[in-house]
Amino acid sequence: MIKVQNLIKKFGDFTAVKDISFTVEAGEIFAFLGPNGAGKTTTIKMLTTLLSPTSGKIELDGLDPTVQKNEARRTFGIVFQDPSLDSEQTAYENMELHAVLYKVPRKVRAERIEQLLRLFELWERRNDYVKTFSGGMKRRLEIARGFLHTPKILFLDEPTLGLDPQTRNQLWTHVKHLNQTQQTTVFLTTHYMDEAERVAHRIAIIDHGGIVAQGTPQQLKEQTNSESLEQAFLALTGSSIRDESASSADQMRQVAKMWSQRR
Amino acid sequence: MSAIYILWLRELKRYVRSRAQIVASLGQPLLYLLVLGFGLGPVFQKAGNGSYLQFVAPGVISMTILFSSIFSGIAMLWDRQFGFLKETLVAPVPRIEVMIGRTLGGATVAVIQGTLILIVCLIAGFRPAHLSLFPLAFLFMGLIAIVFAALGTAFGSVLQDMQGFQLIMNFMVLPIFFLSGALFPLANLPKPLAIITRLDPLTYGVDALRGVLINTSHFGLALDVSVLCVIAIAFLSLGGYLFSRIQL
Repeated sequence: MIKVQNLIKKFGDFTAVKDISFTVEAGEIFAFLGPNGAGKTTTIKMLTTLLSPTSGKIELDGLDPTVQKNEARRTFGIVFQDPSLDSEQTAYENMELHAVLYKVPRKVRAERIEQLLRLFELWERRNDYVKTFSGGMKRRLEIARGFLHTPKILFLDEPTLGLDPQTRNQLWTHVKHLNQTQQTTVFLTTHYMDEAERVAHRIAIIDHGGIVAQGTPQQLKEQTNSESLEQAFLALTGSSIRDESASSADQMRQVAKMWSQRR
Repeated sequence: MSAIYILWLRELKRYVRSRAQIVASLGQPLLYLLVLGFGLGPVFQKAGNGSYLQFVAPGVISMTILFSSIFSGIAMLWDRQFGFLKETLVAPVPRIEVMIGRTLGGATVAVIQGTLILIVCLIAGFRPAHLSLFPLAFLFMGLIAIVFAALGTAFGSVLQDMQGFQLIMNFMVLPIFFLSGALFPLANLPKPLAIITRLDPLTYGVDALRGVLINTSHFGLALDVSVLCVIAIAFLSLGGYLFSRIQL
């Protein structure tokens, strides 16, 4: 369903994604794990036509998203890491706008919107402006919106960030349900290893722009002799903390500055 | 088509819902209209040019439309910041439709703003020369709005942050306004200024509005319409091209 070959993305001298290749089969739940700044979001942006790759090949359901953009966009839904709602419109209007953009047939539109808003417990607040929503409610609305047009592939970029355990549980239950009943292929990133272990069929671990390991959760644990996925993850990516926004050169400059001030 | 409609509707909803913004954006044109209209009135009259209020009203209406439509394009910066732009860019809709929906929405809002100022002008004592030509004024207001909403979209597609906004304001929007003949007659200008005003798209918009509202057109309506249409097509193409190249 998703095929990526030798994908590279450079921003100036900085290489955010270094020659990665992987395949996601139809109906599979694939987790992309990595520390902050590892290149997860950049990869998702390239897969979803927001960013064009420097080189390499991508295939989504047999379509090349760098060429057949609209056809490719029709195949997937995405829940972004950071908000993408229109805060000046109501929850219902946001859903409606999405339904129109994705050409959800008028007949099923209202019914499906109601069903999803009820599922994520936003129906009572449907006529309130999104700007009055809490962080968790916004997230729930975004997730509901991602399901609206029943895509073949669902991209979830850290969808559970800032959610309470109840909503998280509900989200993954629904994702699994969709995956089982509609054969939706799911590509997700998360920082919560327990979530990845619970839902993902296969996992790729990415660090410094490159894939360091791939396989089922079981294989990854065996490969690193770890008891949990979290241990396996730390074994593969090290335990140093990453800074997402600053490049390595910036960090060096900062260190240099600190030293010169001390003297 | 439905994508264009829903994005157009969004711009309109946002406008109607932000009452503070409506009032705020009418403040500046009102100042120009009342202070310049009545302040320069006596001098203008003595120079033998008739009523300055009559003369400046089409200019102030054009200015309102210029500001409103360019800002609607630059407002894309907010959508970029708050993420909504992404939602429209991953949708399976040709980007040109997204761009047209936004641009027409911005243009419609600008025409509404212009109409509000026109009403204020009428209250302040402005009288159109021919009532029969009055409906044509809306056609030209629409043309001006489309030209600059498209230009605004082009700016909005290129700008990454709010710093660029001041640059556009001081080096594009204000010169377009001041060099358009909105505030002064185009006849007998010094040569360099005469040339520059002819390069300003808004000049033809103001001139056309004067043609239909107070029956004094410098270039003639036919030339005004042709120039505005050509520029509208050029800016729409430019805006469409730059918008289609946005990367996030």
